[in-house]
Amino acid sequence: MKDTKLETINYSLYYGKFRALKDISIKIPKNKVTALIGPSGCGKSTFLRSFNRMNDLIPGVHTEGSVLIDGEDIFKVDPVALRQNVGMVFQKPNPFPKSIFENIAYGPRVTGLKDHHKLEEIVERSLRSAALWDEVKDNLGKSGLDLSGGQQQRMCIARALAVEPTVILMDEPAASLDPIATLKIEDLIHELSANYTIVIVTHNMQQAGRVADFTAFFLTDESRTGQLVEFNETKTIFTNPRDRRTEDYITGRFG
Amino acid sequence: MDERSSEIALIHKAQALNLKKEQRRQSFWVALMWLFGLITVSILILVVGYVLLKGGTAINWEFLTTPPKGGLSGEGGISTTIGTTFYLVGLTLLIATPLGVGAAMFLIEYAGEQSLGSKFLRSMISVANFAVETLAGIPSIIFGLFGYALFVSTLKFGFSLLSAALAGACLVLPTIIRTTEEALLAVPNDYRRGSLALGATKWQTLYRVVLPASTPGIITGIILSVGRVISETAIFFVTLGGSYRMPTSIMDSGRTLALHLYYLAMDTRAFDKAMGTGAVLVVMIILINLLIDFVSRKLTAGVRRVR
Repeated sequence: MKDTKLETINYSLYYGKFRALKDISIKIPKNKVTALIGPSGCGKSTFLRSFNRMNDLIPGVHTEGSVLIDGEDIFKVDPVALRQNVGMVFQKPNPFPKSIFENIAYGPRVTGLKDHHKLEEIVERSLRSAALWDEVKDNLGKSGLDLSGGQQQRMCIARALAVEPTVILMDEPAASLDPIATLKIEDLIHELSANYTIVIVTHNMQQAGRVADFTAFFLTDESRTGQLVEFNETKTIFTNPRDRRTEDYITGRFG
Repeated sequence: MDERSSEIALIHKAQALNLKKEQRRQSFWVALMWLFGLITVSILILVVGYVLLKGGTAINWEFLTTPPKGGLSGEGGISTTIGTTFYLVGLTLLIATPLGVGAAMFLIEYAGEQSLGSKFLRSMISVANFAVETLAGIPSIIFGLFGYALFVSTLKFGFSLLSAALAGACLVLPTIIRTTEEALLAVPNDYRRGSLALGATKWQTLYRVVLPASTPGIITGIILSVGRVISETAIFFVTLGGSYRMPTSIMDSGRTLALHLYYLAMDTRAFDKAMGTGAVLVVMIILINLLIDFVSRKLTAGVRRVR
């Protein structure tokens, strides 16, 4: 595999006494799209949140093993600084109750940028990257809440891009969108992967097949603890999986 | 088969009969509720209408702009009492708003994570929550007595705007804390997560996203408090004193509209002036309620758009 961007080594996560993730070791390549798939409750979203330490916000969570970004232990990085480098897009679009402009400018503003001219530049660039500019360029003062669901989600992607992250985590970004909006998001993911490392959780097998270069398959054991079953190039996972359980899941025999 | 169909016909007949009965029953209860509603509204209209009609005749420009003569005569207008009311409202909220909003922010946004750590802090926070709950139900005269003992005598602020505002702040603090807490809880957690995920600190998240989103709710609490300060009498009777002159500093005594009304009604025979003062008070309260209505409608409009 090429350059590794994100890596976990024997990573386990506990909600109180309950072990949600067990001994996960994975190397996520740089500037590729990696999909995390698996049945509901297998811990793939929890695993995704490990990379920007959003799990820290949940009371009672503790972890074992290590998570590295560019070879550096993320638990030694300030979580606020880490999240400026590792952006996140949520399952449900979550625009702030502010104008489109202010939504995008939010990240740069909290990181200390005040120059309005510079902010305008960033807003335009981010919206262009998120393929939303042409739809909203005349209405930047409009509330972000007035956009359609698909537009809101692309705005949230633009909002994440505005902070100049190197990694973007996406937690089922198209789960609440219609098929056309979903397609737009998938195209966008594809384009962004040239410059960003993207990790995406998805329930949709076809989506993983369409957008992801690599796919990781997660499954729970008898004690409902999530484990990484198999990780490989998406092609291999879908056509020639090594593990029987992966094959069963891919072919729709359970899940 | 035949037997079954006649059985069904019987059931249908019984159902139709029962439905008629139930509809009569429903009409009865609906009529009764209309009656109760009408009685309530009539009482309200009667009280407000009586005060406005009786007091309206006493109200004129002179009444509103001249100070009371004082003493037992009940002569003069109400200008200084209007002024004192505004001063007291302003000063009370100046003290109570930062305290209340700050306390609510701590209890909702920070107490949860603080309580993870020590058992002592956790019990302190539950005591604080219980205290807010209890304070909200305490009669205002208790706050008055407390204010008299602490601010008027012990701290030697005397009967003054300052003593009254401090006691008044204690009185409205639970209101402001409660409404602010509710406003903060109504802010979707998606906003907080979204902001934190963009690399904002917790304080930036609160200051830039959560507080603006909860402002209408906080304002509702403040307006409710304004109404409370305007209409309370007992608490200010023992902290503000009763000077009918215009206070020139926060250490001066004074008389709010409600307090003036009390004096007029109890100590003088100027019943028409009391009614006039009452009418002014009622109009002020109605205006404040309209304001609350307006603000909370804006609030719910915002919430509806979030969905």
